[in-house]
This record gives sequence, C-alpha cells and structure tokens, in this order.
Amino acid sequence: MKNTILHINNGGRAALSDIPAYSYDEFRNEALSLLEEAGRHCVNYFAYPCEGSLRLFMCIADDAAHDVLVFSTIVAEGARLASAAAENHVLERFEREMTEDHGLVFEGHPWAKPVRAKDGYPFFSMEGEELHEVGVGPVHAGVIEPGHFRFICNGEDVLHLEIQLGWQHRGSEALMLGKKRLIERVLIAEGVAGDTAVSHSIAFATVWESLCGFKPSEEVLWARTLAAELERMANHTGDLGAICGDVAYQLGAAVFGRLRTPIVNFSQRWCGNRLGKGNIRPGHAPYAFTPALRLQLLSDLSAYEKDFLEMCDKIQHFPSVLSRLERTGVVSRAQAEAIGAVGMAAKCAGVCRDIRASHPYALYENLEVTPVVKETGDVLARTELRIDEIRQSLALVRTLLENMPSSFGGRLVPSSPAPDSFSIALAEGWRGEICHCAITDGKGELALYKFKDPSFHNWMALALAVRGNEISDFPICNKSFNLSYCGHDL
Amino acid sequence: MTSLVLILISALFFNGIIVRVKSFCAGRKGPGIFQPMKDVIRLFRKGCVYSEVSGPVFRMAPAIYFASVLLAVLTVPLGHKGGMLSFSGDFIFFAYVLALGKFFCIIGALDTGSSFEGMGASREALYSMLAEPAFFLILGSLGLMTGNTSFQGIFANLHLAGPISWSLAAIAAFVFLVLAMIENSRMPVDDPKTHLELTMIHEVMVLDNSGLDLGLIFLTGYLKFAMYAALIANLFIGSVPLGFAIPLFFLVQAACAVIIGINESFTARYRMNHNPQFIFTLACIALLTVFGVMLMSGQLI
Repeated sequence: MKNTILHINNGGRAALSDIPAYSYDEFRNEALSLLEEAGRHCVNYFAYPCEGSLRLFMCIADDAAHDVLVFSTIVAEGARLASAAAENHVLERFEREMTEDHGLVFEGHPWAKPVRAKDGYPFFSMEGEELHEVGVGPVHAGVIEPGHFRFICNGEDVLHLEIQLGWQHRGSEALMLGKKRLIERVLIAEGVAGDTAVSHSIAFATVWESLCGFKPSEEVLWARTLAAELERMANHTGDLGAICGDVAYQLGAAVFGRLRTPIVNFSQRWCGNRLGKGNIRPGHAPYAFTPALRLQLLSDLSAYEKDFLEMCDKIQHFPSVLSRLERTGVVSRAQAEAIGAVGMAAKCAGVCRDIRASHPYALYENLEVTPVVKETGDVLARTELRIDEIRQSLALVRTLLENMPSSFGGRLVPSSPAPDSFSIALAEGWRGEICHCAITDGKGELALYKFKDPSFHNWMALALAVRGNEISDFPICNKSFNLSYCGHDL
Repeated sequence: MTSLVLILISALFFNGIIVRVKSFCAGRKGPGIFQPMKDVIRLFRKGCVYSEVSGPVFRMAPAIYFASVLLAVLTVPLGHKGGMLSFSGDFIFFAYVLALGKFFCIIGALDTGSSFEGMGASREALYSMLAEPAFFLILGSLGLMTGNTSFQGIFANLHLAGPISWSLAAIAAFVFLVLAMIENSRMPVDDPKTHLELTMIHEVMVLDNSGLDLGLIFLTGYLKFAMYAALIANLFIGSVPLGFAIPLFFLVQAACAVIIGINESFTARYRMNHNPQFIFTLACIALLTVFGVMLMSGQLI
C-alpha cells in the first residue's frame, strides 16, 4: 500500500490498495491537522469490516483544490481508541455511528450517545425548581416523520434541546448490499430521503458508473442537472409556504403552496413522478426531454416567476412577518463550523459550502454556480437563502434549456463494477451536501455502501439554534431547516 | 329575551363567516357558513374519551365553561331592551362570570398533567389577566358618561352626537373587537389553524377533550364571539326601534366576522413575547375613552 494520501475527484474511483493505511495515531493526527485548515471539511468517516478487522476510511473535501483526500487505518474489532471528536467536534457523529454499528469505543468522546437507537437513550437533564421538561414526539401533530424532541425550559425560554432520532431506521445500507439487482439499488437510493430523490439517485448513479468505469454522455448529465435544479426549486418553494404557514401568514402559505404545484407537475409530465423518482438511472436518461416539454417548462417558469417575485417582495418587506423571522433561531458561524454544518445551515451562517461550486459534478462546471451565502444565521437568512437560490435556479434552468440536446441516446446500463475499488460521489441536494461512498470486494460485488444526507450534521444545528429562543418559536426554526428524519436514520 | 335569541342565531354562523372569508382570501372556495355548527353537532353525537390520569375537574370544566358564557350572554341587552338578567353593576358580573369559566378551563387543562396543556394554561391565564383592565376602562367610562351602572342603562342612554362621542364609540368598538379576538385566541395573539402544539394557546388546552366536551368548548367559542359582537352592536343601536335594531345587529355581527377573517388572512401572528405588550396597548387605548368622557363632562378642564 502507498503511504501518501489519496487525492480523488468527485465521482472518481481508486483501487483500495492506493488508499494509504496508517496506524491509528498517525491517522488521527493527520485527520485533525488536515481539518484545521479552512476550506476543508470531513464529508465521510466510516468503518469497513474486512478479514476480522475494521478499516476506517476518512474522506476530507478540499474546496480549494476541488478534490477529496482519502486515507485509512486498520484497527481491531471492538478496539478502544482515542476519540478524535474530543478535539474536533465535526467528527462526533461519525464516531458515535461507528460505536453503534461496530462496537468501537472512542475514549474521551464528549457526547457518547447512540445515533439511531430508540431504547434506553440517555437524555441530558438539568435540576432546578423553575425548570420544566417538554417532550414532543415521536408522533407529531402534523403528518410528518417521527422524531423525539426533548426541551428543557425556563418558563417560555428554551435552555437545551435534545433530538433523539432513529425511528425511521430501515437499514438502507445493508439493503444496498443484500439486493443484487441494479434497479433495486436505485430504488433504495431514491428512498433514502424521498424529497431528495433526484440528488440521492444522482449520487448513486455517479458512484455506480465510476465503479463500472462508465462515462455518461453529456445529454444524460444535462438531464440530471435540470432535474436537480427543478427539485431544488420545488422544495424551496414548498418550504417558503410552510414557513409562512408557521407564522400564520395565510397569504404567503397559499401563494407559495400553489406555486410549488406547477414545478412538481412538470416533473410528473416529464418522468411520470412528481418527486422525480425514476428520472435518474445509471448510464442513461430514461425519459427524453422533448421540445414540447421545453416549451411547457418555459411557459410554466414565466408564470411562476411573476407570482413568485411579487410574493417574495411582500414577505421581505412585511413587518409582521419579518418580526417573526429576524433574529430567531440564530446559528453563528463558529457554531456552524464547529459542528460541520453543510448546505443551507452552513451557507446561512456565512460558511460557503456548496458542492456545485467546490466539487462540480454533472454540468455544474460549465454553469459556474456562485453559492448564495448569508451572514446572520437566523430564520430570515434561511428564508432569503431559499428565495435567492430559487432565482439562481431559474436562471440555471433557462441556461440549460438554451443548450438543450437534441437526442438522449439509447438505453445503456453499466454493469460489472471493478473489483477492490473505492468510489465517492458528492452532490448538492436542496438541503445540502450528499455523500455516497462504495467499496467493492475481490469479485466486484458491493461490499460496503455508505449514505450521508445533509441532515446527518444539520440536526445538531437545529438543536443549537433554538437555545435561548422561546419554545413557541421552535416550529418556525424547525421548518426553516426542514431536515430529513429518514435521511438521517437511513 | 330578544338579545338572547339574536346572539344564539348569530353564533350559528359567526365562525362560518370567518372561515369563509379566509378561504376566499386564499383563493379557495371554502366550506358553507354553517359548517362549524355542523361540526359541533357531529361532536355531540360522539362519546368522550378520558385519560386515566385526569380527574373530575377535567370532566366538569367544559360544562362550567359553557354555562359561564351562557350566563354572561343573559346579561347582554339589545339597546334599551334589557337582557334576561339586568341589574345595577351587571357588567362586573359579566366580566367575572366569564373569568370563572376561564378559571375552570385552565384548571381542567392542568388536570391532564400534560406539559403542553400546562404551557397553554399559563399563557391563557396571563393574557386574560392583561386584557381585563381594557374591558373595565371602557365600561367604566361609558358608565360615567351615561350615569348608569347596568348594561341596559348604559346602552339605552348612549346618545351618539358630536365628534367626541362618535370617536368614543369607535374606540370602544375597536377595543371590544380585539378583546373578542384575544378571548377567543384568534390572530394576532394565537393561531386557531395551527397544528403545532408548542405555539398554541387555547387549542393546546383542549387537546385532551373529545366528543361532547369538545363540542361544548367549540360552541362556547362561537357564543363568545357573538356576545362580544353584540356588545359592539349595542354601542350603535341605542334606543332605535326594533325594526331597525335587528338588521343593524346582524350587520354589525357580519362586519365583525369579516374584519376578523381579513385580519387573519393578511397578517402574520405576533411572536409570543410581543403579545403582553400588544394586549396592554389595548388598555392604554381604553384609557383614551376615560379622558374623552371627562373632556365631554367638563371634569378635565
């Protein structure tokens, strides 16, 4: 095995033997020193069981060099290791996950609690005459996913919030290995977080194609980029409506709720599914984008844009809405960096993390996306970020439509992945960075598949955001992040 | 007797109009105006479910809450025609019989032992307490103006003439309308449509109620609205003959419902910690009527 850190591109493949394996102490020091530099963050850190021991892989994205640094270490099963999260909190959830899944013990971990275990969760508690605890969930009043929130409050003020997840755990990663047919695996990837079906399936397709040494055509990448931007627009619009609904601003809720419909309906028209399921498949674009669809989308977008801009102008200047959004649920830049927040949670706190710009995939390299970054980190910032990203997506979609390919090629299905390989794909879903990693065994069978949804990091951002806020502002903070339960629970 | 019948009729459709106006503003068709009442009838046909940890207070509370509002409605007159209960100082009786109902509603919520309902109860208690001075300042100044201490006496002798008395009536109407919104936990203080327990005030207090009990609580809410709107109507009815008074009464009821509906459609609700300030502002506005009356009767200058 080589001894220098492997540099790999987004969507690249490497032989397992090219990834250096250090001793754990070297590995830990290397990781901590690499993460100290600005512009680098850990995109994945996981354990791969092989031959009776565990090989830990660390993947660190380097925004300036546009590549991912990969290195590893081999430790015994059930080993007791010095926690790296004790020095850098970004790694805390990865270590907890490994403790839960593989029984590794990280000594000195600051918050050694289960990630997805439902029973016997050790809640943090505080003693005090005037304090009270409020438990919400896992069954909620709305038709949403399950999750348990426990608040410690002093009157109306929240001192601490602990979020216990895992109720949606379906064992997606094990299913990926158990199901042998490609179509089954695509469906699992689409179902990791149903509202991010497009971006998760893009990440899966990228990993699979790179494992098979297949290069998708320009037209296929064009269709993926378009689908991803439409997904972003639809979800952001729905969220804006939901934010208005939570502050009881009926006009905004009604208008944004209506505006989401033409976008998802267009997706239905294109691929037969409102959420874009079935639209992304490894190797080919199953649904050709016809000139008739192009005209339809252009007219949908111009009708959308007119009402959208008018409503945005209203909420951005309406005192009774602004007073609810401003300075509510603030995540500071230091907090966002400390917990390794990604996507919207990071961009709103002034941390520029956007895979479309830092590690471009599909056609994003030519589109040159400039990430939208806000500084205040409050609910208003997350609302305005969505508005600005929708406007940006509108422009991107129009640029894409100008360069529409005339044919979409035949049905190519890449098969037979290379043996003993590692592949990583990053994608910027509407919530933020999605990371998929795969490892194949000696026969070219999938031996490990690792999903990471942005919600994995960002739930902690929500817990920090509500501290010092009123408990009645929790729903609006929650909605402004709109994190995925199943994306976290897998 | 007339006023009781009119208020009961108006309670049938008051909330229906609000819902209809809100759906119209959101571009929807909306349910018929008797739908809220049909919901109550549906609930009346159902049985109640009680949690094992709640006691007799929880079972009594909805009935007492309803009875208290019904009792308060009895004191409301229609212009010079008195209510079924009319005596000197009946507006004080009115305020405190409502407070009694609210007290039972609050301890009924506390009886469930739920942390949500406890939060709702504490919020409701605070806001009712803050709203009380506004009511008494308005009624007190009207009493001072007319020299009477009963609803009937006050409204029968309220002759609106000249800019000061008209503006007093306008202020009083505004204060009563906002009081009705606060007492019924509507916007901008509370959002009756939300499903988020953590932000609710009144809705979260009745989470454990079901069937007949819940129906009674809904019905009480409709009655309360009609009752406050009747007080507003009374400001303008005075001693006009019944033939004009009845249409005027329904006009005012409908206008109040439409105003509430429009307000809920086009504004966001307040942040919880702005509510006390807002409610207290109401008392300050009510104070203006006191000064207005003193100005009119020459006691100020």
